[in-house]
Amino acid sequence: MSDFAVEFDNVTKKFGDNVLFEHFNFNIRKNEVVSIIGPSGSGKSTLLRILMTLESIDAGMVRVQGESLWHMQKNGAWLPADERHLRKCRGHMGMVFQHFNLFPHMTVLRNITEAPIHVLGQSKEEARANGMELLRTVGLADKADAYPSRLSGGQKQRVGIARALAMKPSILLLDEITSALDPELVDEVLEVIRKLAAEDAYTMMLVTHEMYFAREISDRVCFFDAGQIVEEGPPEQIFNAPNHERTRAFLNSFLNI
Amino acid sequence: MPLSEIFDVLSGGALVTVQIVVMALPLATFMAFLSGLLRLSDHRSLRWTATVYVEFFRGTSALIQLYWIYFVLPFFGISIDAITAGVVALGFNIGAYGSEVVRGGLLSVDKGQTEAAIALNFSPRQRLWRIILPQALVGMMPPFGNLAIELVKATSLVSLITIADLTYRAKSLADMTLQVEEIFGLVLVFYFVMAQVLTLCIRALEKYLGKGMDRGGLT
Repeated sequence: MSDFAVEFDNVTKKFGDNVLFEHFNFNIRKNEVVSIIGPSGSGKSTLLRILMTLESIDAGMVRVQGESLWHMQKNGAWLPADERHLRKCRGHMGMVFQHFNLFPHMTVLRNITEAPIHVLGQSKEEARANGMELLRTVGLADKADAYPSRLSGGQKQRVGIARALAMKPSILLLDEITSALDPELVDEVLEVIRKLAAEDAYTMMLVTHEMYFAREISDRVCFFDAGQIVEEGPPEQIFNAPNHERTRAFLNSFLNI
Repeated sequence: MPLSEIFDVLSGGALVTVQIVVMALPLATFMAFLSGLLRLSDHRSLRWTATVYVEFFRGTSALIQLYWIYFVLPFFGISIDAITAGVVALGFNIGAYGSEVVRGGLLSVDKGQTEAAIALNFSPRQRLWRIILPQALVGMMPPFGNLAIELVKATSLVSLITIADLTYRAKSLADMTLQVEEIFGLVLVFYFVMAQVLTLCIRALEKYLGKGMDRGGLT
């Protein structure tokens, strides 16, 4: 069994003729909290989307909890993964989206219980009890019967986190989860993530522009630019003494605001 | 002929019209969803079959479709009664228009919804039925309302294949009594009332389906 929760092995990703990255190698250890920072449009989110099977890859191998994600072995031969294989792998992961993507036609509680009931096969009572527990964790137990349209952005995102957790993932993919929020609502969301990171029960991969937050909760920070990890290391090193000129320029652009 | 008698005769015709609507509307809805979903299928042959259906029934005259089903098919050994012919022709014709409403409605749901459904590991079928379709339905209601009214009015075509519907009786009465103002005035009112009832039903359905979803609309 691999020590890594996530492995990118020589991966190539293109959009048409545009090569996003080539021969990309990147690993995340089990229960490690990793932040990916870098300029917009550099493909940071694509890394998460490839893991969540929202984007496919053009070459190489991606492994999740030691299992190849986009390929499956059949009679000794490697084949492209079919829907069944993908569904097996997706069970390891949960994703929180920049724009929440809550289901607007369901109440908050049903947003959280729908997949546990119909995908994991939990009983309604069990799913509801778990759902209420999660809502208490994110401080929204009183909103269980509200529709998402009645919530603030910060509340929506906390539901988004609870919804992902309800599927009991071991890996959490957080895709710029505070970028669409008003500044005063960012903290209530980060507070929830801070608690999760402290539990040390999840492998977490964050794409974020919240530099102070990345610094606070990450085991490792990676500066991603032009299709590669330019520099990576413990947060103190990346933020206090970056080695690379491009990392310095990027961080300065943030700190000088 | 006194107005009350005219009213009675026309009421009987309106009842026939309502019967045809009540049978053709579910058929049209079924055809709309079947072909609308197939046009988004991964299988080329299914997509193609649905497209041929839609383009044929949209692209040719509803009246000629009705004549074909009632007058021409018997030559190929398929005889059906007038009511069934009317229901099938109207259901298939309106269903072809509805197909595009279904397809457009499904495509208008935000892509993030599908992505969230994938991330929660729903199967492709669950994504469609539990996440995408319930949201798409709300937006489909106003154009479906148009089509339902279109269907009510198109039923007058069946008067041309011997069915004694509202239009058929109005014409017979007018030929007989020459009281054209009263008769055709009443017919307008009958069609209008039927259309209004349908409109109200569909608006109520839209409101019910859109519960919780923030959308602009008539209240």
